[in-house]
Amino acid sequence: MGEEMIKPYGDTLNDGMVQLSFTLPVENSSRAKKAAEIYVSRLNFEDVSVVHARKIADNFTYFVVYARAIPILDYSTVKAPEFKIKPMDFYEINEIIKIKLHRPLTVVGATIGSDAHTVGIDAIINMKGYDQDYGLERYPEINAYNMGAQVPCEELLEKAIDVEADVILISQTVTKKNAHIRNFSEFIKLLEEKNLKSRFLLIAGGPGISNDLALRLGYDAGFGPETRPSQVASFIVTKITEQKSAKRKYDGDPP
Amino acid sequence: MAHIPLNTKQIDRLKQLAKEIADQVQTFISRHSSVSVERTILRLYGVDGVDSERTPLSNKIIDKLKKKSRIKSGVSRFFAGAMLASGRDVQTTAELIDQGKIELDDLSRFSHADILEKEKELAQKAAAALDETRKKKQEKLKKYPSPQQPWRYLIVATGNIYEDRIQAKAAVSAGADVIAVIRSTAQSLLDYVPYGPTTEGFAGTFATQANFKIMRQALDEVSEKEGRYIRLVNYSSGLCMAEIAACAALEDLDILLNDSMYGILFRDINMKRTFIDQYFSRLICSRAKIIINTGEDNYLTTSDAIENAYTVTASQLINEAMAQKALLTADLLGLGHAFEIDPKIENAFLYELAHAQLARQLFPKVPLKYMPPTKYKSTDIFYSHCIDTLFNLASITTEQGIHLAGILTEAIHTPHMQDRYQALCSVNYVFNVARELGKEIEFRKDGFIAKRAQQVLDEVEPFLEKIKEIGLMEAIAQGKFANIRRPVDGGKGLEGVFEKAVDYSNPVMEQLEQEGGIHG
Ligand code: B12
Repeated sequence: MGEEMIKPYGDTLNDGMVQLSFTLPVENSSRAKKAAEIYVSRLNFEDVSVVHARKIADNFTYFVVYARAIPILDYSTVKAPEFKIKPMDFYEINEIIKIKLHRPLTVVGATIGSDAHTVGIDAIINMKGYDQDYGLERYPEINAYNMGAQVPCEELLEKAIDVEADVILISQTVTKKNAHIRNFSEFIKLLEEKNLKSRFLLIAGGPGISNDLALRLGYDAGFGPETRPSQVASFIVTKITEQKSAKRKYDGDPP
Repeated sequence: MAHIPLNTKQIDRLKQLAKEIADQVQTFISRHSSVSVERTILRLYGVDGVDSERTPLSNKIIDKLKKKSRIKSGVSRFFAGAMLASGRDVQTTAELIDQGKIELDDLSRFSHADILEKEKELAQKAAAALDETRKKKQEKLKKYPSPQQPWRYLIVATGNIYEDRIQAKAAVSAGADVIAVIRSTAQSLLDYVPYGPTTEGFAGTFATQANFKIMRQALDEVSEKEGRYIRLVNYSSGLCMAEIAACAALEDLDILLNDSMYGILFRDINMKRTFIDQYFSRLICSRAKIIINTGEDNYLTTSDAIENAYTVTASQLINEAMAQKALLTADLLGLGHAFEIDPKIENAFLYELAHAQLARQLFPKVPLKYMPPTKYKSTDIFYSHCIDTLFNLASITTEQGIHLAGILTEAIHTPHMQDRYQALCSVNYVFNVARELGKEIEFRKDGFIAKRAQQVLDEVEPFLEKIKEIGLMEAIAQGKFANIRRPVDGGKGLEGVFEKAVDYSNPVMEQLEQEGGIHG
């Protein structure tokens, strides 16, 4: 693959134009503006223009700056794992489950830890769904259990075992101080301790989640903002039908 | 003033229904108390401090009483007895009880009359402390006049009270009139009030009495500098509603988030516990002149803002009726609502105006708390800023009371200093250029806005009738609010609820009830 050199675009290819805004803990003055200019140039920008500087509190100044970015990036070297799954609709998904699996799929979802946000997981699981796209509960071929928020990891796992879930869905919204990373990892640790890591398809989601991050944390996939339930369902059926042809069906496993 | 022609007879009917719903709940409340109410009595008597494991003394004493199976009589008389036994001050007596040097339930040495008198003395001191904070605030308001409404309400949430102080002062210099310190994630689920100044919180700062003091002091300094009174807000939802109200009163706070149902719906706190606790906490707010803010805005984050607008109005009516039972007057009733309609909907702004104006007219004297768009905020901060600007316009046009500034980074993080500044730029701009727009407006009698407001009222009426028929507790259990179901005996904190024995006493509550609302 050939090189594909890119830079931010303002109004001319490769002009490198970037807008920045930030605050420095100093009083507004000519010196403060100069400091903003120097600071931005150290970030690898040129033609730095401090277009706005304003005192926003004692000893704090807010800046708006335009500048040209110097680095140039070879886009052909950039990789981000995306799932190569064909998006399917409600009817196709149900059809495939019926024909290829001959049994309904079971899905358990929750928001774990102290996080109290349920709207994201509800959007994926509950009947109503998201943006005119039905939630998993609505799928006749999917048994979906939504445990809500602030669910301890142990409780979620217990439920998943109890209902013989194929898939576990976990949502995290609060990302401050990496709360989401800690909680996601805690669940993986629990599965590893119990030797159950390969028993479920594990899916993470939330506004701060990317597929890339989820894979790094040990999940099979991650879904971020604006996810529609049918995307998640497409991923689930594709993976599970793949697995079914690849390995033994877990129904037949000894407990 | 902007006006929608509404059916006043219907409004009277709605208020009557809400009152009857509140009456039913009050019957339950008056027969019960909770560990948190009992701990509040101790705090108001003057018990403070924690042990080496940072467990508050008030918790330890109530746990002792529970172990001795005497909790049903209430802590007051036993504590009064212990005071007589020790002959010392409140704090020393509490410490002696904790150390096991005084038996908490040994009342045999004292006459009933002596104990009663001691209780009375303690309760009077408690009421006097609440009077004291009310007067202090009135004094300050004379020195630094209250800004005109809508008050500009900004949040700080760094987790570190000293950092919050810097952020708060910055917000005030950019125009904020009210500062709220958001609590650390899940503090509402703690069955005690944490202690001392704190510097480690998650997406918020712990509500402690010491933190209240630190922030109130900082705001007194800026009030002086800016020449206007800056109000301080904290949150009392959760397992410690009344205790936090007591701590807030003791530190001269001005506003408390205090909803009769929020904890049940959004924190899965048991409903019996919540109803009992909110009543005592509101009595305290009333006496200490703390404005309460209710949480109806939250309903619209889990359910659709047009479809479920009637649940907001119904809840406001119920919150009002329950607050009146706790002697809160209209000037202390910050009923909540929000600008949360999906911006993709055509004429969404007209719906918003209809809802905001309806709230204004249903509750003409209260400082309505108007919550900004949050759910449909985008991570495109520039677009989000536009949405906030229209929210600001709706607020000034319909003369809201407490205006929570919308923040352009709402969908990303808790605000940075510059985010607050940007938000206030828009608020200041809109409030200034459209200050008297509302006075110029009359809504067409059969226009979209008037019809929409009427439709909401028409949906509220059968809803309240249904709630009255099945009772508020059952209605919540059936998921009638915010599409969230909470069983009557489910959720956290039920084990802390008990039925009062015949000899139960809570002289603070009695005194506050008997003396009624003291205002002016
Ligand atoms: C609604 C809301 C609340 C409601 C929640 C009600 C409820 N039952 O959920 C209430 C008012 C209770 C609330 C409380 C708090 N909140 Co809040 N809240 C929000 C708000 C406004 C909207 C979130 C939302 O519902 N989005 C809509 C849904 C549909 O989007 P979504 O979650 O991204 O979900 C989609 C995808 O991410 C994905 N997805 C999500 N989960 C999953 C899971 C799987 C398996 C899959 C496949 C996909 C998936 O699919 C969904 C559909 O597309 C956001 C701000 C915002 N606009 O984002 C703040 C926000 C999330 N809250 C925040 C905070 C800090 C809190 C509190 C901690 C504040 C406090 N100190 O008390 C408390 C939480 C207390 C606690 N214990 O957690 C911060 C988080 C900051 C951060 N980055 O850490 C935000 C960003 C606001 C802010 N700017 O400060 N909040």
